[in-house]
Amino acid sequence: MKLVHRNIDKDGGGSITLIPEESEDMWHAYNLITKGDSVRASTIRKVQNESSTGSSTSSRVRTTLTIRVENIDFDTQACVLRLKGRNIEENQYVKMGAYHTLDLEINRKFTLIKSEWDSIALERVEMACDPTQNADVAAIVMQEGLAHICLITASMTLVRAKIDQNIPRKRKGNVKQHEKGLCRFFDSVMQGILRHVNFDIVKCVLIASPGFVRDQFYEYIFQEAIKMDNKLLIENKSKFLLIHSSSGFKHSLKEVLLDPAVIAKMADTKALGEVRALEAFYTMLQTEPAKAFYGLKHIEKACEAQAIETLLISDDLFRCQDVSQRKKYVALVDSVRELGGDVKLFSSMHVSGEQLGQLTGVAAILRFPLPELDEEEDISDTDSN
Amino acid sequence: MVVTGHVDAGKSTLMGHLLYKLGRVNSKVMHKYEQESKKLGKQSFMYAWILDETGEERARGITMDVGQSKFETDSKIVTLLDAPGHKDFIPNMITGAAQADVALLVVDSTRGEFETGFESGGQTREHALLVRSLGASQLCVVVNKLDTVGWSEERFLEISNKLGSFLKQAGFRERDVTFVPCSGLTGENLTEPCTEPALTKWYKGLTLLEVIDKFKCPERPISKPFRLSVNDIFKGTGSGFCVSGRVETGMVQSGDKVLIQPQNETALVKALMIADVPTMTAFAGDCVTVTIANFDQQNIAVGYILCDPLSPVPVTSKFEARIVIFNTKVPITRGYPVLLHLQSLSEQAVITKLVAQLNKSSGEVVKRKPKCLLRNNNAVVVIETSRPICLELYRDIKELGRFMLRVGGVTIAAGLVTQVNLDSVLINNSWYFNFSLDCTFNFSDSVIIQENEWKSLKGSGFGI
Ligand SMILES: Nc1nc2c(ncn2[C@@H]2O[C@H](COP(=O)(O)OP(=O)(O)O)[C@@H](O)[C@H]2O)c(=O)[nH]1
Ligand SMILES: [Mg+2]
Repeated sequence: MKLVHRNIDKDGGGSITLIPEESEDMWHAYNLITKGDSVRASTIRKVQNESSTGSSTSSRVRTTLTIRVENIDFDTQACVLRLKGRNIEENQYVKMGAYHTLDLEINRKFTLIKSEWDSIALERVEMACDPTQNADVAAIVMQEGLAHICLITASMTLVRAKIDQNIPRKRKGNVKQHEKGLCRFFDSVMQGILRHVNFDIVKCVLIASPGFVRDQFYEYIFQEAIKMDNKLLIENKSKFLLIHSSSGFKHSLKEVLLDPAVIAKMADTKALGEVRALEAFYTMLQTEPAKAFYGLKHIEKACEAQAIETLLISDDLFRCQDVSQRKKYVALVDSVRELGGDVKLFSSMHVSGEQLGQLTGVAAILRFPLPELDEEEDISDTDSN
Repeated sequence: MVVTGHVDAGKSTLMGHLLYKLGRVNSKVMHKYEQESKKLGKQSFMYAWILDETGEERARGITMDVGQSKFETDSKIVTLLDAPGHKDFIPNMITGAAQADVALLVVDSTRGEFETGFESGGQTREHALLVRSLGASQLCVVVNKLDTVGWSEERFLEISNKLGSFLKQAGFRERDVTFVPCSGLTGENLTEPCTEPALTKWYKGLTLLEVIDKFKCPERPISKPFRLSVNDIFKGTGSGFCVSGRVETGMVQSGDKVLIQPQNETALVKALMIADVPTMTAFAGDCVTVTIANFDQQNIAVGYILCDPLSPVPVTSKFEARIVIFNTKVPITRGYPVLLHLQSLSEQAVITKLVAQLNKSSGEVVKRKPKCLLRNNNAVVVIETSRPICLELYRDIKELGRFMLRVGGVTIAAGLVTQVNLDSVLINNSWYFNFSLDCTFNFSDSVIIQENEWKSLKGSGFGI
């Protein structure tokens, strides 16, 4: 994301103008914009022209509109962000108060106006504009008959394709069907890679599986690549890395990210940081349960007691449409930081963030044990299901 | 019957040799395997090739998927499932074990090898516990490769004692476990009484085949509604396509209309085959190949259930279960992602609620809504799968009511389905807890891992 302009006054209100440069920036924008904010962007509007004779024609014009956002819609797979709201600046084509839907687009700037830019929002802008955060990795987790082709960026894990095919098992006297099925499956995965992995951007392609599936697959695609004379694959062969995973289901990505070979190759990515923080939480829960808690009620108490060393919090909590809820979470983050604690903001688009989301979205590792919290009944008060 | 044991214990060789001795493999084929394996410098695997049929398995010398075969003893027809021993292929092994009534546990008696398989990281223990949790209660321990230790009685007894006490703690009754000394490679004591003097000196017991013949046949639930869980889908010779699997309950006849769940569409049973022999009917316990008509092959997957349209299998993506936690490294909280293995199905799932922690023996509630579950805990939890799946209450149909949970290649828990229709049940409903008390008996019958065993395992970093 490119920061074009920033104008925030002392009491935190003001505007920031940004240009999204890649699809991940749409995700950042989605996390920045909340209901009640105003957004100005260029858009296409259908206008009715009434001629002097009374007949009307309609035409499309490009114009810049400012709306107060009432509805936010994010398509995670296509990375399209759609904002709906009323027009708040009269313009030659659109009346005040008329509804309009803005689609934010890559390479088109937009201005976001908030009455209050809190610490989480400002941090998001900073993160989005940090170019060092860009380290795209493609990861294919697979087992016989099942594969997920994923793209891992700093703050998102996108499943680009899921291949789920039946492969006949080996049976007495008939392994042909099995071997044919396996080839067909490998071919589908290979086509998926060619379609979804942009080798210009992706620095590393991880192929992970249990058993020998990854080796068989690797052998298969490079044999095919030579047969088809596919330069793209052959030239990028060195980007492929074979890793062990326990299954082809998406959540085994966690194991992949923790593999020493991957760590060595990818250095510190946000995704890895999150996996590690969650591991540390579970380890603490095992060894010293009085130093690991989850659920807003307990976490707030631990914060009051100035006990929080690391706060794990999911970014979807900040997207809640209830302003007072958001304020509560922002206050929590701010006070943990003030007291010298570390805050790990998890992306709900990564596997570990998904897991944290299921775990009430907020958890903490404490500096010192608070056994009295454990005695309280009903930690799951914040239970939403 | 499923054959289990640590990788390289000699399972495939043992069973291949047994099949050969029983005349299930003609000598021309055997000769071919001998020549071909020799060419690859893998002659010691020639018997294993009878079961390890894919090129990949042969080249690597290990079993990857369950190999299926059939043989007869004096009183029984036995379906043989050769399970993979390697850790990565345990999901396949679960599929095999879930279909089995009885099990062989093969151990390598070579010095050091038995120890590797039995101790931390070895599959001997995990397999024994899985087999037990999945319902097989009779077990024959094959003390294999005795040729490598000079047919030593001392070694045989040492292994029998060590394993015996473990198996007892794992919930096997002493009288249901038999130990047999063998060599899969030389063929000693497989089908004929032993001839090796060093062995006959001290062993007067049964041959492997005799032990298999003596296994008791479990009661077959043929009066229950028809259920078959799909284990394989492939093209047959004629029109339509074939699925194979075990008839879990009830019976099926050629010409029947069956319902395929969770797809919720009916199909026609065009033909049935048991071990490549056409038949008109198949009963609970039979491993059968069904030719299906009037159904699109694209719409069926492994783990689907064929059932009686008048009494369909429940389909749900959310259910409640009683689980016993194995030796997990990390505690289980809500939101914990797991892989659920139920018969041949494996599906991504999340433990969404920890309802209560239970006392292991009485089934009473120790704590409602616990913060987390640790190793060896018993608990009631709610599990949600990412797609709807077929399952049954354990008290209705055991075979489809028990499952295993795995994380990162490690089995972390075994469970029984206690509630399927969650919307209509209040969790703190007292009727419910009475019910779970009822099922305690069954439950501890199927998974017993005793306190002292867990203590001894704790230190060993035993990865089950
Ligand atoms: N000396 C000896 N070697 C054996 C015996 N049984 C199997 N083996 C060898 O052990 C290796 C592994 O056998 P395999 O059947 O593939 O083991 P699996 O992984 O348990 O199926 C092969 O090299 C066999 O030749 C035996 O009784 N004696
Ligand atoms: Mg084998």
